[in-house]
Amino acid sequence: MYQYIARRLMLTIPVVFGVSIIVFSIIRLIPGDPARAIAGVNATPQFIEQVRVRYLLDQPLYVQYGRFLTDFMRGELGNSIFSGRPVTTEIGERFPRTLLLATVSLVIATMLGVTAGIVSATRRNSLFDNASMLVALVGVAAPVFWMALMLQLLFAVQLRILPATGIGTLRHIVLPSITLGTASAALMARITRSSMLDVLRQDFITTARAKGLNERLVVYKHALKNALIPVVTVLGLQFGILLGGAVLTETVFAWPGVGRLLVDAILRRDYPIVQGTVMLLALLFVLINLVVDIVYAFLDPRIHYQAGSGE
Amino acid sequence: MRTDDRTTATAAIQEAAQDHGLQDGATVRKKTSELREVIRHLVRNRAAVIGLVIIGGFVFTSVFAPLFATHEPLRTELGNRLQPPSREHLLGTDELGRDLFSRMLYGGRISLNIGVISVLIGVMIGVPIGAISGYFGGRLDILTQRFIDIMIAFPGILLAIVVVTVLGVGVENVMIATGIASIPIYARLVRGSVLAIKEQSYVAAAYAAGLGDGRIIFRQILPNCLAPIIVQSTFQIATSILWAAGLGFLGLGAQAPTPEWGAILSNGRAYIRTAHHLTTYPGLAILLMVLGFNLVGDGLRDALDPKTR
Repeated sequence: MYQYIARRLMLTIPVVFGVSIIVFSIIRLIPGDPARAIAGVNATPQFIEQVRVRYLLDQPLYVQYGRFLTDFMRGELGNSIFSGRPVTTEIGERFPRTLLLATVSLVIATMLGVTAGIVSATRRNSLFDNASMLVALVGVAAPVFWMALMLQLLFAVQLRILPATGIGTLRHIVLPSITLGTASAALMARITRSSMLDVLRQDFITTARAKGLNERLVVYKHALKNALIPVVTVLGLQFGILLGGAVLTETVFAWPGVGRLLVDAILRRDYPIVQGTVMLLALLFVLINLVVDIVYAFLDPRIHYQAGSGE
Repeated sequence: MRTDDRTTATAAIQEAAQDHGLQDGATVRKKTSELREVIRHLVRNRAAVIGLVIIGGFVFTSVFAPLFATHEPLRTELGNRLQPPSREHLLGTDELGRDLFSRMLYGGRISLNIGVISVLIGVMIGVPIGAISGYFGGRLDILTQRFIDIMIAFPGILLAIVVVTVLGVGVENVMIATGIASIPIYARLVRGSVLAIKEQSYVAAAYAAGLGDGRIIFRQILPNCLAPIIVQSTFQIATSILWAAGLGFLGLGAQAPTPEWGAILSNGRAYIRTAHHLTTYPGLAILLMVLGFNLVGDGLRDALDPKTR
């Protein structure tokens, strides 16, 4: 087990380097002068020269990458072209808001999705099962930004019971988190349902029932524990989808998080901010997947992990 | 109700299959009867048929968009701005007086094109990577897998956003971006299938018969990975359409005046209080198209999987 964890940690290292290389490449792959991209379109020639010297842009690529990496380790990500403030400050201010939104959405999605999945599986082909699976199908297919606008239209414009945009109060997070959580809830409902149905077909459930155990105990103690394993494995994936979806959701709800920061930065060609936010979102996703894999290893007793074995 | 019939139908088929001892692909059929079998299961699945009808409808109206369009999709008519749906303008007009119905017909073309072409890009690059990685194994495999890990580190739409940042906006770049974003999915999927198929005796037989690696991969192994690739591609078209619409909505995809659904929706946002048809209908169209592909994907997965047949 610990060998597996160690091996899993080792595998993360090349990924982190790979992510940094991709982020490093963004500025160097866009057409034009990278120094101008970092300094901004309206920068003076002197400032562009300063930037060129500071980031060693007249040196070979591997030297530039070395500087990029040491800068990153020290938390020096440059300044935003648009606001002039350090990238770390800009991101530091907004990141907790994105994390809050994604976490609330994940909690809502898990509660709704897992509950609906369990009820659907135990009452297979009931009205509830059919209705919730239909809602789940639509929930996966609906574009996030459209859901957001329709919820705004209904709750903010027509019923006037919730604010359409902004942050501040608890009421502000209701619509964004529902919007962001819908697709995840729908996916989790489908996964929980099919996983639960699989488990309920297993021999040990028949045995438990044959022993005369109460059906409630069979479902919630014996079956659920095993049925949730696949749900846990997709949690990490869900969180990633939420982080990606946050880019769209935050834009619609004027939620000042890193997703919106990224979109604004791309549209304004504020490349230092683009680098910082992309790096943050990718590394966060890598970290989450690492944690999920380790939790999974502890959860699933059927798998014995050996160092050196396949994936 | 539709899902009801579908699940009962699947369950019935499963039971029938078990009764006849047809499990785990134990039966080997000829290719034509296999295809007929798949189609038979697909058309019996009501949800999948609904999906096929939805996709068919979109394909039909997209191909014949010029015939169905009541107006020129790009012609502005400033005296006729933000009109609600009427007999003259079936879905109303936008902020420049353009006919929304006609624009959306052409928008369907764009979305279908993006979905199909991006999947083709993903398949053409991802499948060979996965096949070679799984077949040869060893260092090459480790190297490719780490590379795929790096691509997967950018969650969902983020990889497409990064690619668009580098390439620039526009419909063609969206196709490339969403295509690249789907490469790791295919590489992983095909590698897994190849690892399983590699152990089959007919592959060993082909090797013993002196067939080259290329022939074994393309003639013996890949044809047997087709089922998961087809299922994944159906779902991936849906995902690509969603990603492309998201990019269009963010202003990172199709640009004005291209009548792409995400972009139309994004433009209409400013008028949501007075003319919400500009946001409602394009969103519904995206939803329907994505739903269609997902329903067919579900159906194909059941129809192609010998276990659920």
